[in-house]
Amino acid sequence: MKHVDEYRDGETAQKLAATIAREVKPERDYRLMEFCGGHTHAIFRYGVQDLLPENIKMIHGPGCPVCVLPIARIDQAIAYAKLDDVILCSYGDMLRVPGSKFTSLMKAKAEGADVRMVYSTLDALDLAKNNPDKKIVFFAIGFETTTPPTALAIKQAQTMGLTNFFILSNHVLTPSAIQNILESPDVRDLGAVPLDGFLGPAHVSAVIGSQPYDYFVEEFQRPVVISGFEPLDVMQSILMLVRQLNEGRAEVENQYRRAVTHAGNAKAKKLVADIFELRRVFEWRGLGEVPYSGLRIKEEYAAFDAEVQIPVHVAPARENKACECPAILRGMKKPTDCKLFGTHCTPENPMGSCMVSAEGACAAYYSYGRFRETA
Amino acid sequence: MCLAMPSKVVEVMADDMAIIELGGVKKTISLGLVEDVVPGDYVIVHVGYALSKVDEEEALKTLALFAEMTAAESAPA
Ligand code: SF4
Repeated sequence: MKHVDEYRDGETAQKLAATIAREVKPERDYRLMEFCGGHTHAIFRYGVQDLLPENIKMIHGPGCPVCVLPIARIDQAIAYAKLDDVILCSYGDMLRVPGSKFTSLMKAKAEGADVRMVYSTLDALDLAKNNPDKKIVFFAIGFETTTPPTALAIKQAQTMGLTNFFILSNHVLTPSAIQNILESPDVRDLGAVPLDGFLGPAHVSAVIGSQPYDYFVEEFQRPVVISGFEPLDVMQSILMLVRQLNEGRAEVENQYRRAVTHAGNAKAKKLVADIFELRRVFEWRGLGEVPYSGLRIKEEYAAFDAEVQIPVHVAPARENKACECPAILRGMKKPTDCKLFGTHCTPENPMGSCMVSAEGACAAYYSYGRFRETA
Repeated sequence: MCLAMPSKVVEVMADDMAIIELGGVKKTISLGLVEDVVPGDYVIVHVGYALSKVDEEEALKTLALFAEMTAAESAPA
């Protein structure tokens, strides 16, 4: 596959590893956070960590949209699914995420609720067109990559004259979350998780560009390298971070120049700005309430906002106390620190959200790393 | 969630739709979020939408950079 295979070459990976090993300073640690679950997955799948010197520590960040959604939002989606005239649809992983009291959309479906898995918002629009007597609620989640598709779907629904298409918006913003991790008391006061630099997700920046990180590096003096998701992309980005740290620089660098520019995708950004506005605060699993980190639909498009048109009430929900997802998402703990890992909690029977998505840290550990980690 | 993958555009259709190919599998996606895409271009596809175009020239530069970053190995320290 063009633009894929070239970035998976084992020999080049070994050589990049040799260069990294030569350039790291043995007297210090390099604690690098890959924000995005896509990177976590790639690092485990290709064994990138094994190619790195001991003093480069990869810390897995909260960039998995499935993992950061708080239980109350899952309960809310389930409440929609249980309404008689509603078809609730969402991306596949969302159906398996446990809500409170071990419920999930999948279980609601087994109990008779109309829940459908869709691959794209295009499928959700089709559902609305083909089921005029039902209300279609699309449980929208994700970072900057999935927000433009949701925004475009709203525009299309308007053009098509659909009055039975609604969005339950849980879209969140990457830069606010990265900033929040550095500002969290764990990191700031206790110094428990010193982070020296960040790998930034390339696909998010394909939309927003590298520009939103300019302020961040200035303010926090930590380097950010926007990185692709193939193993060689990740290794090259790590080398770029090592070089910045060795030279005492804190800049935004773009490793994924083949699809990311400084300004990003103007058309997609405009569409999102037309339809969405910032929520003053949004709750993240693990990070708590993060100011200006989530998006809601503007009043102008309220006809498509499920929360406005079909309000539902859910009781406040508590996380499963034994699940360590919140600490794992902040880089404070590893999946293997969780008592349930690999025993009560597996990808087939997930107890927490980090085990559901292939991009979740627990699922990545389980699928690729658990033997190494416990050895 | 599904990762975004660089896929080749084989046909551009009406209403901003297109057929793409990835690893021998063809799929219909939307080009509604990008501009100026023609058959033969590679686009990054995520949840049924192209998010951006792959810049061939920059891709070649990145590959050249791999060579540069690994070449130093044989140079005397
Ligand atoms: S192993 Fe399961 S229960 Fe434990 S932290 Fe991960 S997702 Fe939560």
